[in-house]
Amino acid sequence: MAESFLQLCNLTKRFNDHVAIRDLTLAVERGSVLALLGPSGSGKTTTLRLLAGFEQPDEGIIVVDGRDVTSATPAARRFGMVFQHYALFPHLNVEQNIAFGLSDMSPAERRVRVAAVLEMVDLAGFQQREVTELSGGQQQRVAVARALAPEPRVLLLDEPLSNLDPGLRERTRRELRAALRQSGVTTVFVTHEQEEAFALGDQIAVLHEGALEQVGAAPDLYDQPATQFVATFVGRASVLRGSMVEAGLVRVADGVDWVADSIDAPRVGQAVSVVVRPEAFEFSSGTGLTGTVSECRFVGARAFFLVDTAVGTAEVEAPARAAAVGDQRYITAARVRVYPADS
Amino acid sequence: MSRSRSRGILLTAVLVWLVLYPMALVFLGSVRGAEGWTYQYLAAFVSETREWSALWNSLWISGASVILAGMVGVPLAFVFERFDFPGRRILGALVALPAVLPPLVGVIAFEFLYGSSGFVPRAIVQLLGLESSPWQLRGWAAILLVHAYSMYVYFYLFTRAGLAKVDSSMIEAAHSLGHSAASTLLRVTLPLLRPQIGAAALLTFMTALGSFSAPYIFGGGFRVMTTQIVMSKLNGDLAMAMVETAALAAVALVTLVMLRRVMGTRSVAAIGKGAAPATRQLERPVVRWSAAAAGWTFALLLLLPHATLFVVSFVPVGTWTTQLVPPEYTLGNYRALVAEAERLRPLVNSLWMATVATAAALVVSLWAGRLVVQRKVSLRNAIETLTTIPWAVPGTVLAIALATTFSVRAPWVGRWLLVGTVIILPLAYMVRNIPVVAGSVLAGFRQLDPSLDEAAASLGASRWSTIRRVTVPLLRPALLAGAALAFATALGDFVTSVVLYTFETRPISIEILSALREFDIGVAAAYGVVLMLISAVAMAVGTRR
Repeated sequence: MAESFLQLCNLTKRFNDHVAIRDLTLAVERGSVLALLGPSGSGKTTTLRLLAGFEQPDEGIIVVDGRDVTSATPAARRFGMVFQHYALFPHLNVEQNIAFGLSDMSPAERRVRVAAVLEMVDLAGFQQREVTELSGGQQQRVAVARALAPEPRVLLLDEPLSNLDPGLRERTRRELRAALRQSGVTTVFVTHEQEEAFALGDQIAVLHEGALEQVGAAPDLYDQPATQFVATFVGRASVLRGSMVEAGLVRVADGVDWVADSIDAPRVGQAVSVVVRPEAFEFSSGTGLTGTVSECRFVGARAFFLVDTAVGTAEVEAPARAAAVGDQRYITAARVRVYPADS
Repeated sequence: MSRSRSRGILLTAVLVWLVLYPMALVFLGSVRGAEGWTYQYLAAFVSETREWSALWNSLWISGASVILAGMVGVPLAFVFERFDFPGRRILGALVALPAVLPPLVGVIAFEFLYGSSGFVPRAIVQLLGLESSPWQLRGWAAILLVHAYSMYVYFYLFTRAGLAKVDSSMIEAAHSLGHSAASTLLRVTLPLLRPQIGAAALLTFMTALGSFSAPYIFGGGFRVMTTQIVMSKLNGDLAMAMVETAALAAVALVTLVMLRRVMGTRSVAAIGKGAAPATRQLERPVVRWSAAAAGWTFALLLLLPHATLFVVSFVPVGTWTTQLVPPEYTLGNYRALVAEAERLRPLVNSLWMATVATAAALVVSLWAGRLVVQRKVSLRNAIETLTTIPWAVPGTVLAIALATTFSVRAPWVGRWLLVGTVIILPLAYMVRNIPVVAGSVLAGFRQLDPSLDEAAASLGASRWSTIRRVTVPLLRPALLAGAALAFATALGDFVTSVVLYTFETRPISIEILSALREFDIGVAAAYGVVLMLISAVAMAVGTRR
């Protein structure tokens, strides 16, 4: 296998007694976009700061283009960074902000480059504007332009859209994706929002408590989650209690067995967590797991029903009038995945 | 006429009467003699080279004070805000101490330490076997030394506050864009601190321009405007004192406006809300301990005057002649302060006058605060401006203006005979302290949610009970901070007192001066220590969170 452009090898970072990153290994191909997805405290921002050089790993190395940059200073790494709150210099205007990383160019070259990156983020002609006068979305794009201007080897973005109004987010996301495609820069970004990760990332790395849970493209994560954490964090899923009756068959109630996929083939009789997506549940008549509908959330033609069963609460997506609160119903499930219990 | 409107007019009238009117009378007095309008005083002022040089001295001393104080205060702020080393916390608080040292006390502490018969020259004489002190603590150099020593605190405190607010991602952004630490400092950090450093420079310049104690004690033949005014007044040349006062007031207001313009109003407030950079733990033991040693040495150097004052306060009168250190120590000086009625009187005077002045300033500030935040009140801009003016005016100017206004009995034009009574000094302290208290209280009022008043009213509370049960408790930190600073300033006041005091109302500062004249250095120092301790306690109470 050819060497990846950016490699994180066995990175570990501790803050006092707390392990923020545990033995993290990741690879990013040249020109591709990697999303680091995880809840807060999962170590994704620490990973980004290790990449930027603002923190030093306790163990492990970072390799770019075949060269170890672990001990290089942030200035020497030539990585561009877009900060969560943008960190635009308020005492400089748009042009001065973007030219800040272009010290080794002549003034004429600098002007050309600033105009080019402003064009790239769709802000042509904004050179003389004060950054404090810009809207949130425009500030975000200036921050991206500033990071792209020195032609960084890797672009790092920390929660690039979290500071924007929901209405503005989708448009800015499209523009950001266009700018990343156009520049062709290898990109790593951090987000806690699955939608953002799916929309921008070619690959998505799911982090949990400082460790990598799974890395892959969006459909892989959704359809074949490697761990129960990934299954429940990426997309919606219900977790029920069950036990293996034979390989590939899990029992959730007397006489109710479901066909199930698993990664590490649990022993027969072992207690397992049974994970099912809402759309894989179905109300059935006469057979299946029995439970009481306790809540109903309409989303137009379809609805999400919470069904309390003896082995846990199931979230069922079904036509809006399929059940009513208080009903006693049977449910069956497809595309069931099982994981070791208490994992 | 609505009630709030009439209250606005009433407060404006009071402030105009106490702030603008006295200054107007000074300007008037400089062009009007017993026989009517005249330019002879102005002409006398303009033709006198001594006056021009005093004016020039005031300006360049103030400029040099800004540069020296900045050179000490700004680096110090960086060291204490950015690096962690043993003792950082306590030292960081200690180096802000000169702020609570009344100017006159600082000056006499310097005299005891570095003056020609102070500890340091004595040590040098002994060590090198000299005939006499290697230097005289006199003239512009001595004034600048004291200014730098007491005013670096402004730069230190303002820069530290600014640094604590600088978003660490700004610094990281500069690094990731390829800039070195030095380049980041010059191109990002310092420009971001411009408002704070500018405010400190302005405050230092105005304080130095109005500085009186240092030039008065150390100036000798070197005259600045403030000492020139007091000399003219003491020599009975009232008309010249008026012209000089008018000139200094004009210079102060013009520089204030000019400096404000130079510093600009362009906001450099950070966008977003990143965290401040963490202090850097110095890892290498050598670096760590040398930072600690440098910090401690510097702090000790800065605290030496305070310590000197403390030591000298135990020296019996006339016992310290040629020895390196005082040979005898006694508690007698402190006992005298309490036991002798005439020694106790200045203490009592200063305490009650400062208390009354602070309470009055609080009342005026609360009144102004309530009116300024109400949108309906006309004149709110006028009220706010009036509360800040006394800040821009040197204390000497204010004292001469009040002395001019209240030395005549003419009630129909708002003038009563107050000079020589017990009222004039508390009144002067109050007017001087209005900016400090009102600044703090107005800032507090602006942070209050205006709907709280309405909520209290809708729950049936009357206006007074709203003030007592809602406004004052919420403003407590602002009120306390402003009051503490005002009280400490009034307690140690020298510059207005020297113009307005009488024997019966003499405050501590005047008594310190007369003790020094009688070479009773122990008693002078004991007064200084008491003053320092009360001020420190007031500040500690006022700034407690």
